[in-house]
Amino acid sequence: MAELSNLCLLLVILVNFFTLGSARLGACIHAVALQGAVLALLPLATHGLNGHTLLLAAGALALKGALIPWLLLRAIREVRIRREMEPLIGFVPTLVLGALATAGAFIFADRLPLIEAHQGGLFIPTSLATLFTGFLLLVSRRKALTQVVGYLVLENGIYIFGILLAEAMPLMVEAGVLLDLLVAVFVMGIVLDQINREFSTLDTEQLSALKD
Amino acid sequence: MELFARAALHLTLLLVFAPLLSGVIARTKALFAGRTGAPLLQPYFDLARLLRKESVFSRTTTWVFLAGPVAGVAVPVLAALLMPFGALPAPFAFTGDLLLFVYLFGVARFFTVAAALDTGSSFEGMGGAREVTFACLAEPTVLFCLIVLARIADSLSLSALLGPHLAAAWRTPAGLSLGLVVVCLLVVLLVENSRIPFDDPNTHLELTMVHEVMVLDHSGPPFALVLYGAALKLMVLGAPIVRLLLPVATGHWAGDALLFLAGMLLLAVLIGIVESVIARLRLVRIPQVLIGTTLLSGFALVLVLR
Amino acid sequence: MLAALILLPLALVPVALLAPWYRLRSWLLPAAGAGHLLLVLLALGHVADAAPGAWIGLDPLSRLVLLVASPLYLGCALYAVDYLEMRRERGNRTMVPCLLLFLAALTLAAMSRHLGLLWLALETTTLASAPLIYFNRNRLSIEATWKYLLICSVGIALAMLGLLFVAYAALRGGAPVSLLLTDLLAAGPVLSRPWLHAGFVLLLIGFGTKMGLAPLHAWKPDAYGEAPGLVGALMAGGLTSLAFLAVLRVMQVMTAAGALGVARPILLGLGLFSLLLAALFMMRQGDFKRMLAYSSIEHMGLLAVGVGIGGLATFGALLHLVNNALAKGCLFLSAGNIHRAFASKRLSDVRGALVALPFSGALFLTAFLAVTGTPPFGIFISEFTILRGIFDAGRLWVGLTVLVLLATVFIGMGASVLAVSQGEPTDRDLAFADRFLLVAPPLAMLLAVLLLGVYIPEPLWQLLEQARLLVEGGA
Repeated sequence: MAELSNLCLLLVILVNFFTLGSARLGACIHAVALQGAVLALLPLATHGLNGHTLLLAAGALALKGALIPWLLLRAIREVRIRREMEPLIGFVPTLVLGALATAGAFIFADRLPLIEAHQGGLFIPTSLATLFTGFLLLVSRRKALTQVVGYLVLENGIYIFGILLAEAMPLMVEAGVLLDLLVAVFVMGIVLDQINREFSTLDTEQLSALKD
Repeated sequence: MELFARAALHLTLLLVFAPLLSGVIARTKALFAGRTGAPLLQPYFDLARLLRKESVFSRTTTWVFLAGPVAGVAVPVLAALLMPFGALPAPFAFTGDLLLFVYLFGVARFFTVAAALDTGSSFEGMGGAREVTFACLAEPTVLFCLIVLARIADSLSLSALLGPHLAAAWRTPAGLSLGLVVVCLLVVLLVENSRIPFDDPNTHLELTMVHEVMVLDHSGPPFALVLYGAALKLMVLGAPIVRLLLPVATGHWAGDALLFLAGMLLLAVLIGIVESVIARLRLVRIPQVLIGTTLLSGFALVLVLR
Repeated sequence: MLAALILLPLALVPVALLAPWYRLRSWLLPAAGAGHLLLVLLALGHVADAAPGAWIGLDPLSRLVLLVASPLYLGCALYAVDYLEMRRERGNRTMVPCLLLFLAALTLAAMSRHLGLLWLALETTTLASAPLIYFNRNRLSIEATWKYLLICSVGIALAMLGLLFVAYAALRGGAPVSLLLTDLLAAGPVLSRPWLHAGFVLLLIGFGTKMGLAPLHAWKPDAYGEAPGLVGALMAGGLTSLAFLAVLRVMQVMTAAGALGVARPILLGLGLFSLLLAALFMMRQGDFKRMLAYSSIEHMGLLAVGVGIGGLATFGALLHLVNNALAKGCLFLSAGNIHRAFASKRLSDVRGALVALPFSGALFLTAFLAVTGTPPFGIFISEFTILRGIFDAGRLWVGLTVLVLLATVFIGMGASVLAVSQGEPTDRDLAFADRFLLVAPPLAMLLAVLLLGVYIPEPLWQLLEQARLLVEGGA
């Protein structure tokens, strides 16, 4: 099953690159949905079939793979935003940064003091790389919706790390990850709705009246 | 004698079947568009027709204008001798031939662009500039991919790189890198052969053309050479992808040749599908995609190096 | 008993959602607050320390935080009754349920003995408070809410990663993987150092964002500036105390692991930076509610400095936690009144609050004196204790820096506060007049701070000492 999980993780990294390089919001959201669905496979591929992993996988698939992307897609349909125009850092520089960070994560992960079973695996480096990708999206994009996508990618990175501990930890914390995702986006969605009504655009650049 | 036989088989496969690939691509696209499409052998008919025609040369052109099409055919033929076709090993193999392989195509590009510039037309110059830009951006990808393969095979010869060890390599962690390499090489194949989404061989808008605008002034037999050269290039560059995806051997040369041809035809169908479902990229996006591919291949390299 | 503390406000949420009467909904808040305070007082007297395996329980630290948060909440809830009466046009259908949910989450966070549960409860307080910041429904409040949600969500996500790292530290160390505080404390010595240290930094970033330590404070001036005064009071007094509790929980683990040498300098650095940044931004601050946010950053910095030094300074920081919550409550509530009356929070528009609003103006001025550490208020004692702790520890330069920064803050804040309270009001007939419930709660908080300045009750003293020992071990 290690091959399957490696394949999944590779797909995750490819999606990371795609979200960094793509200007089309719809495509980005679809890509993140794919990432979520792939992540849902991971607990099954790593820890085998049992009630616990099934629950985790079903939850991840329903939330990360379906519900949240659906909400986001609805949001872009309603506010008619297609593209991320003029990001703070260009697409190619963010892509290069993302790739450098990914390579760095792989080199760094080899030096980490991991337990025997996790050594040389793709989990830790992928998790770190995905985290960094999320960060990069959060800081380099102007549209509120792209920032939400960045936040989702960030959460996915944490989730990958969490899978490593899924067996050793009670269900509680993983449920926390999913719950947090759901509610965060839910509330963000409400706020987005209001931003849109007030500013008639979802550009966070306009949210700059408050400063010292 | 053995060497001659191998070289003859190689060249026969290449020279005879290359135009068929273009026919398969066109047919696939036609089927996707709901048309019957031209016969599969249409590229052969086109070549024959062009060869019968008379050439028209602009008064500003010199021998350089003719060198482009000639190099366009000669280079793929030479390069084919270094490239294994499926399980059929290359007639010639030596350490470092992969660099020769890459830069042979550089020579061909030089002559094509020189021929375009020789017409003195600004349009053709523009096409040449674009072609060279994209080639520059695609080159690191090719080299990264070859280094990845070299690292896996622990050799610097194309025949060894694409040797029988690949079947086993797919099942090791290096398989991930191989997957990335296939994706990258596929992108390079599309760029180098001016296919959608990077270029459109059938477009008639000069402003959006890349490769086609360069060969606009060629006619008659030289244009037949250009088309034939493009078909040969598609086959030579497609060969490593087929080998990577079908790393099996039948044990008999005829079986190997048939398997290779089947793989090439499938690849042509795949290209046809890609061309049918993907819209052409805006010109400014192409460098971004190519840089992305470079990063991907660099990442594949990191994966095998660690 | 403990469950009742959480369930009481939760049970009132559906009532608040369904009840058709505006006035009744408003009064649910003081009802919940009073019931909560009563239960807290009972629990403090009668519930013993938590059993080792329990997920919810009391220990000196959680007692301390509950003791701070519950009266503050009751005060704000009483204030809310008249405030909501005044703002009928905004409605209270969102405000009241969210405030009740906030109380429940706050209580859960204070009592949780499981770091994951603590994390979950903290996240819930974020979500419950976001609609509160958005109360005014205008462009500026959206901006503040968006920043608050985004920054705190990222912070809390990093805290989650930190938790996973700590769990990995246990896995790598061969200890049972658990986020129960008792298990982690027991496993302390074997926890894998690199993972523990990385986890500590991430948790500090996460909970520090919630606390508003610089440079993670970006949301704070906006959120405090745009939220209604009572929400600001609850956040500056309640939410930050909880976040500080979370940091202290992490410090407990670090103490058990014997890694205080790593943890303390980081906290000290963050604390000093917060003080510096607050002092800089407090100068020439043209908006008195944003100024209060920087004051909050300053005091969070002081807490971090106290724990970063340790010993007596930690004791001072814990005492400061109590004083700060009460003083901040008074300051925010009275500032809210002034904001209401003048319909502006710009210094250029607000003049003569003492004349226009005798009670609120006087409260605001006195609370400023209290919060900047003027004797005889309690904050003077706690700041003095922290400074003594710093000098006792031989950190002369740290102590001098803190002193200079505190003086700078006093001058900067004083200039703004005096500008607001003195002079002649530009407009003499304001639509707003002091009402009993709008001035009594801040007055009570101010009196409590004053009381703590002259006399610290023996049980509180003991509680503080026990809490200090809990954070720093027997050392």
